[in-house]
Amino acid sequence: MADPDSAQPVVALRGVGKTFGNGTVALDRLDLTVRAGEFLSILGPSGCGKSTALRLIAGLSAPNRGGVELRGSADGAPPGVGFVFQEPTLMPWARVAGNVALPLELAGLPREQAAPRAAQVLARVGLAGFGDAFPRELSGGMKMRVSIARALVTEPSLLLMDEPFAALDEITRFRLNDDLLTLWQTLRKTVIFVTHSVFESVFLSQRVVVMTARPGRILTELTIDAPYPRDESFRTSPEYGAFCRHASQALREAMAMDEPVMEASAMEAAR
Amino acid sequence: MRPAGVDDDVPMTLGARRFWRAALPVLVLILTLAAWDLVVRLNDIPPYVLPGPLLVWRTLVGDWAVLSGSLAVTLATALEGFALALVGGVGLAILFNQSRLLEYALYPYAVILQVTPVVAIAPLLLIYLPQQAAVLACAWLVAFFPVLANTTLGLNSVDHNLLALFRLYHASHWQLLWRLKLPAAMPYILGGVRIAGGLSLIGAVVAEIAAGSAGAGSGLAYRIAESAYRLNIPRMFAALLLLSVAGVVIFFALSWVSHLLLRRWHESALVSDN
Ligand SMILES: Nc1ncnc2c1ncn2[C@@H]1O[C@H](COP(=O)(O)OP(=O)(O)OP(=O)(O)O)[C@@H](O)[C@H]1O
Ligand SMILES: [Mg+2]
Repeated sequence: MADPDSAQPVVALRGVGKTFGNGTVALDRLDLTVRAGEFLSILGPSGCGKSTALRLIAGLSAPNRGGVELRGSADGAPPGVGFVFQEPTLMPWARVAGNVALPLELAGLPREQAAPRAAQVLARVGLAGFGDAFPRELSGGMKMRVSIARALVTEPSLLLMDEPFAALDEITRFRLNDDLLTLWQTLRKTVIFVTHSVFESVFLSQRVVVMTARPGRILTELTIDAPYPRDESFRTSPEYGAFCRHASQALREAMAMDEPVMEASAMEAAR
Repeated sequence: MRPAGVDDDVPMTLGARRFWRAALPVLVLILTLAAWDLVVRLNDIPPYVLPGPLLVWRTLVGDWAVLSGSLAVTLATALEGFALALVGGVGLAILFNQSRLLEYALYPYAVILQVTPVVAIAPLLLIYLPQQAAVLACAWLVAFFPVLANTTLGLNSVDHNLLALFRLYHASHWQLLWRLKLPAAMPYILGGVRIAGGLSLIGAVVAEIAAGSAGAGSGLAYRIAESAYRLNIPRMFAALLLLSVAGVVIFFALSWVSHLLLRRWHESALVSDN
């Protein structure tokens, strides 16, 4: 990153541990710093504590050990946070526009001021004109876009995404990946993206952090040193394949098992 | 439960299906009335044992002045009891939702009130309360619990991710209740309301019967009790018919309200358009 300003950490986890009431140790001494404007992926096997880490960063739960620090602007105020859940998590009784405007209205913005801003972000995620629809009238991919629009509507500087595309088919997922990168490049937000897909993490991010199975800790990290914009040609390039191989190797180590990573071998076979 | 495809045993167009759905119950009604009439005529059963359907109808029309007045009294009691049950049930459920301690302290007593048969409570209430108040209390008593139980369940069934979302945006208690918990609980509340509507009528009738045996009252159930003493069986039947119709009307009215409130979004009210 050439810009020295963007080297400042927005999120810093220091020795964070999380043990649940039932004795499950979800995280154990997790250290992680995220720079402003960075696109970071957290990659790890199921149950390793990725969601837990994200909820800690969002302030939705508190760590038992260590500290979670968020730094927004220069004056040290916490950054606005947007959260995209694994499921779209929309209110079925509210129209799309109402769902997207919710964060603004909860903050006390009058409806007539919230509505145009909601319409604006909806257009940004490619859903202009769908404001009056109810969530059930949308496809899975469209619901996910609504969820992303809702996370963007408060113009947060930090966007946390918890396997947002895991439930979607590959074609939709690729398209949303492209759209997400375009959004990130235009809006310049810090993104922490949780996924268990090697390909998604490599395609999207500047840095991939690989977590070990429970208790969750960071095993290693990879820098994906490829220029943006990334598009279809990147997806088929040999360097992409190399990054994916590295990442899946790391993931295999993280699982500390001799089980092959299915996705990776399937991908290599397909090539 | 209806196994899939059971509707399709006879191939039918949508229009034909609608027609039969309305026509078959009517046909059954006509056949039943005809059989009833036939039994009465052929066996020469006297009207004070079993009146024929035509006599019941004539009594209904002839005694309409008395019966409709009584119907109004009973319906008013049932509706008041229902309204109080709705307000009380939803209100108490909201309180329970805000304070666990309050729920722990009071919920068992709500259950006790519910499981004690209203028939057994009514005579007691009639001793301590003025008659009209006692009848109202009975209507309220039976209708109250389904609203409370269903609302409590609904308020506790909110999607935990949506709860997290509201917390992320620092929603106040009030916003959480109005914008998330109550809308999410609405299908449950309406389910309770539909049960409560019919029960409030039953509660009112039970109390009126108890009051009637004490020789006072003006509701429809009191007319039934009174007619029984006088062996005016046709009027008993007419009053009974009115009560059933009132119950059915209440049920359909509440189902319709529920449909209006949920039709936009809830699975239970969506018309499948495949
Ligand atoms: N509320 C909870 N109470 C008890 N244990 C929990 C709770 N939430 C998560 N866990 C446990 O903590 C561990 C980490 O959970 P987490 O949801 O963070 O995993 P994850 O990495 O997001 O998995 P996935 O990829 O499947 O979503 C799991 O073993 C899980 O069983
Ligand atoms: Mg998860």
